[in-house]
Amino acid sequence: MDAAIEARAVRKHYRGAERPALDGFDLRVAAGSVCALLGRNGAGKTTAVRILTTLLAMDDGTATVAGHDVRADGDGVRRAIGLVGQNAAVDEILGGRANLMLFGRLRGLAKAAARARADELITRFGLSDAAERAVGTYSGGMRRRLDLAASLVVPPSVLFVDEPTTGLDPDARREVWATVRRLVDDGVTVLLTTQYLEEADELADHVAMLRDGRVVLEGSPAELTSLVGETRVEVRFATADDAAAAGRAAEPYAVGPVDVTGTTVAVPVADAGAVTGFCAALAAAGLEPEHVAVRRPTLDDVFVHVNTVEGEAR
Amino acid sequence: MNSLVHDSLVLAGRTLGHWRAQPVPFLVTLLFPVLVVLMMGGLFGGAIAGGAADYVPFVVPGVLALTMLFGLETTMIAITTDAARGVTDRFRSLPLHSGAVLAGRCLADLTASAAGLAAMTAAGFALGWRWSGGAGDVLAAYGLLLLLRFGLLWVGVWAGLKAPGPEAVAAVQIMVWPVGFLSTVFLDPATMPSWLGTVAEWNPLSATADAVRELFGNPGVTGGGWPADHGQALSVIWPILMVVVFAPLSAAAYRRLNR
Repeated sequence: MDAAIEARAVRKHYRGAERPALDGFDLRVAAGSVCALLGRNGAGKTTAVRILTTLLAMDDGTATVAGHDVRADGDGVRRAIGLVGQNAAVDEILGGRANLMLFGRLRGLAKAAARARADELITRFGLSDAAERAVGTYSGGMRRRLDLAASLVVPPSVLFVDEPTTGLDPDARREVWATVRRLVDDGVTVLLTTQYLEEADELADHVAMLRDGRVVLEGSPAELTSLVGETRVEVRFATADDAAAAGRAAEPYAVGPVDVTGTTVAVPVADAGAVTGFCAALAAAGLEPEHVAVRRPTLDDVFVHVNTVEGEAR
Repeated sequence: MNSLVHDSLVLAGRTLGHWRAQPVPFLVTLLFPVLVVLMMGGLFGGAIAGGAADYVPFVVPGVLALTMLFGLETTMIAITTDAARGVTDRFRSLPLHSGAVLAGRCLADLTASAAGLAAMTAAGFALGWRWSGGAGDVLAAYGLLLLLRFGLLWVGVWAGLKAPGPEAVAAVQIMVWPVGFLSTVFLDPATMPSWLGTVAEWNPLSATADAVRELFGNPGVTGGGWPADHGQALSVIWPILMVVVFAPLSAAAYRRLNR
């Protein structure tokens, strides 16, 4: 597969900053795939997006987007991409339709074509009722949808989406996810940044973990999750004896060693069936838990894993 | 059509859309100078010139020049708001002509200022202000006013790009008042302490105010320092100087957004 995005040894040190924001950043994104750039605040996610979208000049390295060199052919890159930045960059005073028409006309569509395209996107993104209302009155989710629509007026071959769901409520988050998935069906290559492993898991074919300005871990979401371990069921009992008994009852459902510490049992499980099976086994044994929690691996676990691996390598 | 012309026209059209969507703030900007003339003429006209009717021919051309200074805020607010909301970045991620964003700003702001001049002129006529100069002189006067606005526009673009956020605009909104008062807009510098009078005479606002008073055939200032005698020349030199200094600085600041 051709690479839609290719970055090699990209370096960026902001003036006055203590550490470089990007320090040997390498990335290859296959055409038509979705890549999630996963990392904490300050890992360099936004800097990477700004460099690849020509908003920011790199100090060193090379990068191409849709076959255009980011440094030498900025205009070629800009013609091929769409950018959805961190804050919804739409005109707050104009209505949704007027915004889409503005961006259509700036992409060179004639007035009638811009209007037709705006109408189409307004319908597709479920903004018909609010099309004439000032965007300043939109909810966070609506704004995000308009923002996405604005970057699609002329269908891009590569779309950059910087933290699409930060600050959104769960419903709005699901709406945005659905929208991004539809784009993928259209064949757009998507690079999205996120702080949430769950989001990367939902949307991406390929996840690149960014830390201190470079990619420290790469793979499919499944590969990453298997690296950091499975979902764990944590059950707390009134007494340590109950916990020990529950530990024994858990053995058939565990995919790894069961951990009994004091009054708490932690059981690594493969799927939801194991969770319900384990709970049924507890009930059958007459064991009454005080507290039950199902814990999925989080970004923190991945970071802890990366730290451990790096520590062992040293 | 040339892409610079096309892109700037579309971007200027966006501002026109703002006025349609929110006519009240636009009207307030348009009518605020009229309010200033009414206040100054009504409250101080008697004290300054012996009566509002005698003060109007002096103050109306002055406030026409002041209106151009007020435009500085409009420019700065537009630039800082777009930068803070990420709209500037979105424009920069589009395949636009590199000069289009700033050129569109110029076009929109000059249009707004022309509308402001028209409103102030109409109000002036209603208050009894008249010009006695020929059509050529009157046109030249409006040309000089817009030239001042064009110079200030680049000051506004530069300040807007350099401002840490929209809050910084408040400082400029305050500063236009001392700049406005320390000029020949409202008062003859001959009535000021001499050092203040000198500052007022050298104020770019004064150069334009003096020059258009002469072109309109309205009463001017009586004091006679070098700047007062060369008002017309200075009313051209000051704005050109602003453009020469601040247009390259603005262009550089805009390009430096990618550092």
